[in-house]
Amino acid sequence: MPERIADALRWLGKRVNDRLWRLGFASRFFVMTLLYSGTAMRRFFLTVREIYFTGVLSLIIILVSGLFVGMVLGLQGYDTLQRYGSSEALGVLVALSLVRELGPVVAALLFASRAGSAITAEIGLMKATEQLSAMEMMAVNPIARVVAPRFWAGVISMPMLAALFSAMGVFGGYLVGVQLIGVDEGSFWSQMQASVDFREDVMNGVIKSFVFGVIVSWIAVFEGYDAEPTAEGVSGATTRTVVTSSLAILAADFILTALMFRGA
Amino acid sequence: MMNRLTLDLWVGFFVAIGLASLLFLALKVGNLSASNGGETYRLEAKFDNIGGLKIRAPVKSAGVVVGRVSEIRFDSDNYVAVVAMQVDGRYKFPRDTFATILTSGLLGEQYVGFEVGGDPEMLKGGDVIKKTQSAVVIEKLISQFLFNKAAETGEQQQ
Repeated sequence: MPERIADALRWLGKRVNDRLWRLGFASRFFVMTLLYSGTAMRRFFLTVREIYFTGVLSLIIILVSGLFVGMVLGLQGYDTLQRYGSSEALGVLVALSLVRELGPVVAALLFASRAGSAITAEIGLMKATEQLSAMEMMAVNPIARVVAPRFWAGVISMPMLAALFSAMGVFGGYLVGVQLIGVDEGSFWSQMQASVDFREDVMNGVIKSFVFGVIVSWIAVFEGYDAEPTAEGVSGATTRTVVTSSLAILAADFILTALMFRGA
Repeated sequence: MMNRLTLDLWVGFFVAIGLASLLFLALKVGNLSASNGGETYRLEAKFDNIGGLKIRAPVKSAGVVVGRVSEIRFDSDNYVAVVAMQVDGRYKFPRDTFATILTSGLLGEQYVGFEVGGDPEMLKGGDVIKKTQSAVVIEKLISQFLFNKAAETGEQQQ
């Protein structure tokens, strides 16, 4: 019996130790990525190329989902607001929920599944086919050459995508609210402008999306770099990227919201 | 692999529309264009009760927003609330301006209303508004009403 308990404890201890070691490795990897970012900045074309793959190719999904989220918000918001006779506040509702929450969070979730998984799969496959080792053989640092440009591309793209998502969503809410349902156009925009503060709402949304960009890109490049160099390992790492970064986004969103909007 | 010029074009396009949408959020959705970073001056007013007034609540005169509440603190010597306001420098108010805490609508936000007096001298930065009226507390109003009602019926019974 005591053997059994000791085994169970050993198993638990090993799991905790493994997790901690991995977290420590991820942190060291993050610091190394920042340290070796010089190449990504000096040879900026490397980063530009990755911005094309992570940012430009995510445009369609971000714009279309932003439009639909805004249109749904317009319909649902109108349905509830008109019961209280304040359907003019529709613009405020749509704009605040998009700029503060939905824009950064949904754009980051889409970004994690659209671009994060691709980054992990690419780096993981490079490792599996020993391209990373080949680079080291040629005295090229794979973190500087492969990881850092992808990381910075994600960090730069994410705020842009979130802003596009919010802008598109506001436009969708305008289409449904004003053009389809017939909320007064003047009060739709003027109430929105009166209630949405640039620093409090728009800038906080940008800060959120920047933080999410760092989180998603970090997890994506780390999972790729740390992937087991087999087909199975790469597929597992891709799944972990999407799951871990989605959870991390939502948790970080709670913390950031608690810090930003505690209520005056 | 596409050539470098096409790639640069696409990334430039991406960054440009990203910044454009941020500008749209700032100017059309937000109020960056409306909040002029112009000169403001500070006025203070003491109220017996500020109700639910919050920092950043509007200061209105004749219904137009002329400033914002910047600070609310408690004066423990006189047991009153001191409300500091940043008023737009373009607007001057007479020294006998009356500051009232009002509510927009039945359940709306509370704000500070200025009713303008006739004094030829104008308020300067750092001045304290002497004449104020506190927020209406609904509970007090109701209890007063009930008290009056009770007194009336008492008189009738006598």
